[in-house]
Amino acid sequence: MWRFIAGRLLQAIPVILAVITVTFFLVRVAPGGPFDSEKAVIPEVKAALEAQYRLDLPLGQQYLAYLADLAKGELGPSFKYPGRSVNELIAAGLPATAELGAYALLVAVVLGGLAGVIASLKPNSAQDYIPMSVAMIGICMPTFLLGPLLVLLFGIHLEWLPVAGWGDMPGDKILPSLTLGAAYAAYTARLSRAGMLEVMSQDYIRTARAKGLPEWQVVTRHALRGGLIPVVAFLGPAFAGLLAGSFVVETIFQIPGLGRFYVQAAFNRDYTMILGTTVFLSTLIVLFNLLSDVLAAWLNPRLRAQFGEA
Amino acid sequence: MTATTITDATLAEQGTSLWQDAWRRLRKNRLALFGLAVLSTFIVIALVTPWIAPYAYDAQNLDLGASPPSAEHWLGTDIFGRDLLTQIMFGGRISLAVGFVATAVALVIGVTWGAVAGYMGGRVDAVMMRLVDILYALPFMIFIVLLMVVFGRNLLLLFLAIGAVEWLTMARIMRGQVQSLRQQEFVEAAISLGLSPATIVRRHLVPNALGPIIVYTTLTIPSVMLLEAFLSFLGLGVQPPATSWGLLISYGAETMEEYPWLLIFPGAALTLTLFSLNFLGDGLRDALDVRGSGD
Repeated sequence: MWRFIAGRLLQAIPVILAVITVTFFLVRVAPGGPFDSEKAVIPEVKAALEAQYRLDLPLGQQYLAYLADLAKGELGPSFKYPGRSVNELIAAGLPATAELGAYALLVAVVLGGLAGVIASLKPNSAQDYIPMSVAMIGICMPTFLLGPLLVLLFGIHLEWLPVAGWGDMPGDKILPSLTLGAAYAAYTARLSRAGMLEVMSQDYIRTARAKGLPEWQVVTRHALRGGLIPVVAFLGPAFAGLLAGSFVVETIFQIPGLGRFYVQAAFNRDYTMILGTTVFLSTLIVLFNLLSDVLAAWLNPRLRAQFGEA
Repeated sequence: MTATTITDATLAEQGTSLWQDAWRRLRKNRLALFGLAVLSTFIVIALVTPWIAPYAYDAQNLDLGASPPSAEHWLGTDIFGRDLLTQIMFGGRISLAVGFVATAVALVIGVTWGAVAGYMGGRVDAVMMRLVDILYALPFMIFIVLLMVVFGRNLLLLFLAIGAVEWLTMARIMRGQVQSLRQQEFVEAAISLGLSPATIVRRHLVPNALGPIIVYTTLTIPSVMLLEAFLSFLGLGVQPPATSWGLLISYGAETMEEYPWLLIFPGAALTLTLFSLNFLGDGLRDALDVRGSGD
């Protein structure tokens, strides 16, 4: 098991390095300097600014200096908001985004898992078709359409829930979490249904039934663990998708989170902010992928045997 | 594709090809047929839009402003008095074009990459697929946003960027197919006849892997269209004066409180298309008996 984790960690390093390198040079070759928008900067000021952002050094040295900063965990100063570092901006946006992502993941796993398991217990019945059709809608309905539609229905027409904000009014976290989690709940439902169907036809389930366990215990004690492996393996890619989805959801609901900052930085051409956020988010995604792989392997006795018990 | 499509001797005896068989099965799947019908209709409309659109694309009517659906404007008008149906028709041209062109880019790269890796095997295969694994781990959504920011927001780049992301799964599927086909006698026969690897891949391997390729292509188009709409919604995709469904949805979301039809109709067009493609893809998967699309 430890060898498996160590192996995956080793794989993650070149990926993260590749992300840093590609992003760094992409941002550097971008047309238009960061200070082009400033009104007629005095040459001395411009030189001082460039020195502050190390733009006066050759590209190779800039890259190495950036790597050295990264190793210390420093992402550099923001282009757009002088005096604020990218670290501070990320720290300001992260709590809301993390909370939103956690709720959305909860929506995805609980709602989706429940729907999938329920559907799998009576395949090809109404109990199967109804949740699975809803799931299909969830997959086809883009986040940026679902969000406004939910706001229109629950916020404006029924006036049950606030239409925007985060932590300002009771209940204002419900709609964003639902919006972001819906598509993943739909995928989770399909995956858990397929996983459960496969597991339920296995011999050990027949054995469990034969020794007289009630059906609900067969499901909860024996089937769930194996049936949910695909869901756990999906959590890694889902996390990446959730982060991207948070760009849209945070924009729609005006949540001061990382996703919204990233989109704003993109429009402002705040290159250091883009660079820093990309590196930060990518590392997070790679680590989360790793975590979900390890978890899925740990849940799967066959894989566990292959790598030896920890 | 002129190469033989009959893969199984018993099928040949019964006189039905794989494709006739598949079509027979697909015909029984109502949802897939519905998807096919909707999709064909939308494609035909998109092709002839410049001639059949009820109004000119840039025709404004500021006196009218935003008006709900009526006899003159079936789907209503936006705040500039532009006909929404016309906007959706022209927007659909771009949304569908991005979907098909970017998928074609992904198809060409993915099939070539996978076929070469699968056919060469050994170290070449290991290196090529290792690269795919690494690329898989990259957070592409963030990268596409980055690309659009850095290089400006033009349509050609959008095609390439999305296509360059979506080829990975295709390469994996193709490699798996080629690996299993490689073991078969007809490939050995082709090798012993002295055909070049390129010819074998083109004439024998790709046509025989067409089933999974078609299925996966059908399922890639909706994810590409979703990506385009996502970018356009954020303002990083299609730029005015051009329009797309994603852009129309983002305008609609801004004014949905007063003019909900501006959100609902473009949203319906996009959702219906994505639905149709997914149903058709699922139907084709069953009809062509392709197991495990790799994701």
